[in-house]
Amino acid sequence: MSTTTVIAPDEEAYAGTSPPLWRRLLSGSTLGPLAALILASAFFSFRTDQFLTAGNFSLIIQQVMVVGTLAIGQTVIILTAGIDLSNGAIMAFGSIVMTKLAIGGTIPPLLAIGIGILVCAAFGLANGLLVTQISLPPFIVTLGMLNIAFALTHIYSREQTVSGLPRVLTALGDTFTVGGTDVTYGSIVTLVLFAVFAYVLSQTAWGRHVYATGNNREAARLTGIAVRRVLLSVYTVAGVVYGIAGLLLVARTNVGDPQAGQTDNLDSITAVVLGGTSLFGGRGSVIGTLIGALIVGIFRNGLQLMGVASIYQTLITGVLVILAVAVDQISRRRAR
Amino acid sequence: MTAPDPVAPVLEARGLTKRYGHVTALDGADLELLPGEVLAVIGDNGAGKSTLIKALTGAVQPDAGQILLDGVPIRMRNPLDARRHGIETVYQDLAVAPALDIASNLFLGREVRRAGLLGTLLRMLDKPRMRAESARHMAELRIGLRSLTQAVENLSGGQRQGVAVARAAAWGHHVLVMDEPTAALGVKESGQVLDLIRRIRDRGLPVVLISHNMPHVFEIADRIHIQRLGRRVAVVRPGDHSMAEVVAVMTGAMAIDADEAHAHVVDRAAASAVGVSEPPAAGGGPAVAPETRQ
Repeated sequence: MSTTTVIAPDEEAYAGTSPPLWRRLLSGSTLGPLAALILASAFFSFRTDQFLTAGNFSLIIQQVMVVGTLAIGQTVIILTAGIDLSNGAIMAFGSIVMTKLAIGGTIPPLLAIGIGILVCAAFGLANGLLVTQISLPPFIVTLGMLNIAFALTHIYSREQTVSGLPRVLTALGDTFTVGGTDVTYGSIVTLVLFAVFAYVLSQTAWGRHVYATGNNREAARLTGIAVRRVLLSVYTVAGVVYGIAGLLLVARTNVGDPQAGQTDNLDSITAVVLGGTSLFGGRGSVIGTLIGALIVGIFRNGLQLMGVASIYQTLITGVLVILAVAVDQISRRRAR
Repeated sequence: MTAPDPVAPVLEARGLTKRYGHVTALDGADLELLPGEVLAVIGDNGAGKSTLIKALTGAVQPDAGQILLDGVPIRMRNPLDARRHGIETVYQDLAVAPALDIASNLFLGREVRRAGLLGTLLRMLDKPRMRAESARHMAELRIGLRSLTQAVENLSGGQRQGVAVARAAAWGHHVLVMDEPTAALGVKESGQVLDLIRRIRDRGLPVVLISHNMPHVFEIADRIHIQRLGRRVAVVRPGDHSMAEVVAVMTGAMAIDADEAHAHVVDRAAASAVGVSEPPAAGGGPAVAPETRQ
């Protein structure tokens, strides 16, 4: 035996090492974004009286609902070291499909919604097939799909806004009252989706495989993970989520709008990055993305309440994104 | 190999041949791994040792030849097949997921779900159990770590390789194959990994170790398999031959006698290049070693 510093620990030294739930939820990557969220909220509640009200908070959630839902799918894809530029366009196409089918009269509204979501899933599957089977970079695949979905949206809708929708399609825009505050059902759907994905990513084998694939694809493959199948499922599941975002969009605007969602792809990436998820894959969480989406929403809302012109909101969002990525890069270099 | 082995090999390769176009990577290669030993496989670049290892771990399908596990011929179409046979591989490039914690890495691809509805319906992982089993396993191998919940990227290179080795040792119930496990490590960390290999061997799991590092090979190997020009030219015990002799055999400058007791020079220029000469004790056995022709 050579003299090395390998110590022999007793088993108990490891056993009680499971940190409490709150500690795990806020571990590492979400701590910074949460601090930013709290600081921004404190700042705005200090500057305007209207900010810190339940009604305003409900409004913020409504405003970030659609982009936040898109950002869930975006997060899962970015965790695999991919990116999706097509999510806004896929969502727009899905919303046009479900609204046009629903006003046709021959298809029941619920079926129309289902078909719309399925169409989005098919787009996701197509992205996944191109990424896994032909090994094309996700950036290129989804850039192409962005254009395809955008064009199909305009061709299929004939540039017309679809209105006069059946009640079922806009039901998620309805509100219920909690303690005197109106909350939309759509907000609840978004929050439930965040909870579901937080669970799946942290508590199931599939979630582990998503992280491992993005973290070290070759290592994941060598440990026996079917990396291609993981990627295919990720893009398809993201497509389903975009379909649900399409329904939320319809419920919020009461129409099928072919012009919708054109900057949502970048806005969803913004939310993911602000939430501390690494664009290099393998690190981050959807809880972080929720915080990231809320940061964007709170800045927009707070600056609006302060009477700052909307173009400055965009300016500040840009600064925040660069800051977030810089922090990610610097902390990664530290870890080396 | 002349005298028949008293013990049956755990893993055996017979006459493996693999060609890539005009290039013959394996030219009837044999290999025998005995129970409870560390068998080092050495060879110059192009000797076919990596192809040999890939064939033994299912990553490459030989054109001809046989692989036997416990005397039974097996066929491995991919690395997953090898794993099902209890043959685990550790790769030199630290095949771990750095952002995941140690327990997650040990169970990566083999996650354990909770019992009952939580596991079947909600597919919830049994993290406490995986952590406890990892703890037991790491303690058994005496890999000292402060906590199993720390991310692998926060470990030193040696500890990280320790995790990769521990994972392979945890699942490999037949054979452990290590491809240059110390290549990316410093001196002290290499020592830790060598200790670990020794402990795994002492627990009864035989190890095939591919290495370029002669001091490491001589420190840890029970036997050294020398691969040259696509086949095995000799198997020696580290105590019987000097490092320079083994290198000379590896490069074709010397050949091992049929009784394996002595090495003698077959190519004087090449031999002097690696710093060996005819050992004085060489009994002058017939220099018939067809594999060593230049």
